[in-house]
Amino acid sequence: MNPILLIANKEIQESIRNRWVVALTCLLAIFALTLAFLGAAPTGLVKASALAVTVVSLSSLSIFLLPLIGLLLAYDAVVGEAERGTLALLLAYPVARWQVILGKFAGHVSILAFATVVGYGTAGLVVSIVSHSDAAWPSFALMIGSSVLLGAAFVAIGYVISVLAGDRGAGGGLAIGVWLLFVLIFDMMLLGVLVADQGRMITAGMVNWALLLNPADAYRLLNLAGTSDVRMFSGMSGLAQQVHFGVTSLLFVMALWVVVPLSTAVALFARREI
Amino acid sequence: MSLATIELAGVAKRFGAQVAVQGIDLSLQEGGCVGLVGHNGAGKSTLIKLMLGLLRPSAGTVRVLGEDPTGGASVRARREIGYLPDNVAFHPSMTGAETIGFYARLKREAPARGRALLQQVGLDEAARRRVGTYSKGMRQRLGFAQALLGHPRALLLDEPTTGLDPEFRLRFFGILADMRRAGTSVLLSSHALAELEGAVDRIVVIDHGRKLADGDIATLRAEAGLVPRLRASLANGQLPGWQQVAPGVFETSCPEPDILAFLKALPDKAGSVEILRPALDEVYAAILQGPQQNRGLGPSCAARFRVTAPAGPGESPGLRCRELHL
Ligand SMILES: Nc1ncnc2c1ncn2[C@@H]1O[C@H](COP(=O)(O)OP(=O)(O)OP(=O)(O)O)[C@@H](O)[C@H]1O
Ligand SMILES: [Mg+2]
Repeated sequence: MNPILLIANKEIQESIRNRWVVALTCLLAIFALTLAFLGAAPTGLVKASALAVTVVSLSSLSIFLLPLIGLLLAYDAVVGEAERGTLALLLAYPVARWQVILGKFAGHVSILAFATVVGYGTAGLVVSIVSHSDAAWPSFALMIGSSVLLGAAFVAIGYVISVLAGDRGAGGGLAIGVWLLFVLIFDMMLLGVLVADQGRMITAGMVNWALLLNPADAYRLLNLAGTSDVRMFSGMSGLAQQVHFGVTSLLFVMALWVVVPLSTAVALFARREI
Repeated sequence: MSLATIELAGVAKRFGAQVAVQGIDLSLQEGGCVGLVGHNGAGKSTLIKLMLGLLRPSAGTVRVLGEDPTGGASVRARREIGYLPDNVAFHPSMTGAETIGFYARLKREAPARGRALLQQVGLDEAARRRVGTYSKGMRQRLGFAQALLGHPRALLLDEPTTGLDPEFRLRFFGILADMRRAGTSVLLSSHALAELEGAVDRIVVIDHGRKLADGDIATLRAEAGLVPRLRASLANGQLPGWQQVAPGVFETSCPEPDILAFLKALPDKAGSVEILRPALDEVYAAILQGPQQNRGLGPSCAARFRVTAPAGPGESPGLRCRELHL
């Protein structure tokens, strides 16, 4: 078998043993169901698609949760195995280092995708059965797909951290720092700049481009402003008028946020001593 | 002419200001077996990691099976390299069988070969248990089993015998001998020098990152300047020129080439004679102290041969030798 598949397979097998897969899937399903029913309650008044509302609430959750899960899955991948002593043995086998990273990536993303599709999918199914509405399924599918992509981006970023970190503790700290940066600090800083600028130099277009520098914001644009049936409930209809990126280009940007960190991790890992 | 499986020339490795090894030249021929010895922190593990491409040399060149281990072409070559790291570790949630199966597939071997190796190292009963529950010696056995996967042409074993019970230790050296007969080169580091005797054909002494000595054990003994001693126990009588160490027990120093002459010169009624050769530990200590002539032997010297005089008139004249395995 191909070494990439072997390593991915072993990673999945281990996560099943460690109950990571079960825990993640349950966590996402519980969050999704809770949010779906909390969020769906007022739809009677507005007469909105329950599923579309669920997309809005779930993607707000995903922006925090999936980067965290991605980083937690990934930050240990290199530094942890190096510290435990299993990496030296693995690299003595006829496996190229890029294959190790890609194998782990395939494994981790499979775990993440499984948990997201099953966890969110269950919630979506329940909501659409209860509310007899299925008009928003494409948006919901896009939300699940882009959530996996968001998680994958942070898995890739996690590998960069893992390759750079000297020990597991430093890796963990760095991962939390990066998480805070992308889900909190980045937006706050952008807001701060906007407030300070007071609309003198910075245009909405520049803000849009700046948002692409953060995969979590690209995800936000995609899910809260990207499709018409969701836009009107997300409070983003104002923003949406100015968003000049289509779904495809936003997906492309998110894909770049997977590919660039992943190649960086591969390049750095090739130089790392064990 | 046999091929060099491992070739190190002028290799140095620095970690920042810390010099781990320097100026190391080393070559290992097909079927050869080198024992790497040296104090803690001497640089043994560093050398092995350099041979695997886990570390990059700060200077010099490393070639293993003809390839630079840090280069892209070495990935293929690693199919024929077996490695046992010091403090070998495995994923604790996988069973022994799954672990060896995983590594077997990485080396493109059938999982059946993995099971056979587990059996060979006596882990067949524990194969279905999680590696996390294994004892230290069991982990070490599993580590040895995985190193044998893929019929390696080079075996790099970092302190392979730590934690092994005496019975399996013998089996371990037996397996190594079989592998060597099939042409595998073996490099192993060890702190238990006594076990290297008879198992390796060369010893390389590393001291503070430098190669201090390199040769077969007899050469090292000679270089260390340690002279064997003869100890004779007599029922009665004296041995002129010998030193009496106890009633009826006499000792004398005797250079290796003169041993037979000394034995022949003994009186007929000599009860028994032991040849006390310096143990490898002493040779090692002497090498570390630098060259010095005719040193005395300490208490750890090994009596490897005991010579007894003819027991009765009916027996054939001459000396019977039996080797004592210590
Ligand atoms: N990654 C590293 N960073 C800094 N120094 C290192 C590193 N690895 C090894 N060293 C240093 O290099 C020297 C040689 O270490 P090495 O592990 O090769 O010793 P060793 O001969 O295997 O010792 P032991 O018998 O204890 O296993 C030591 O001084 C060690 O501190
Ligand atoms: Mg060592």
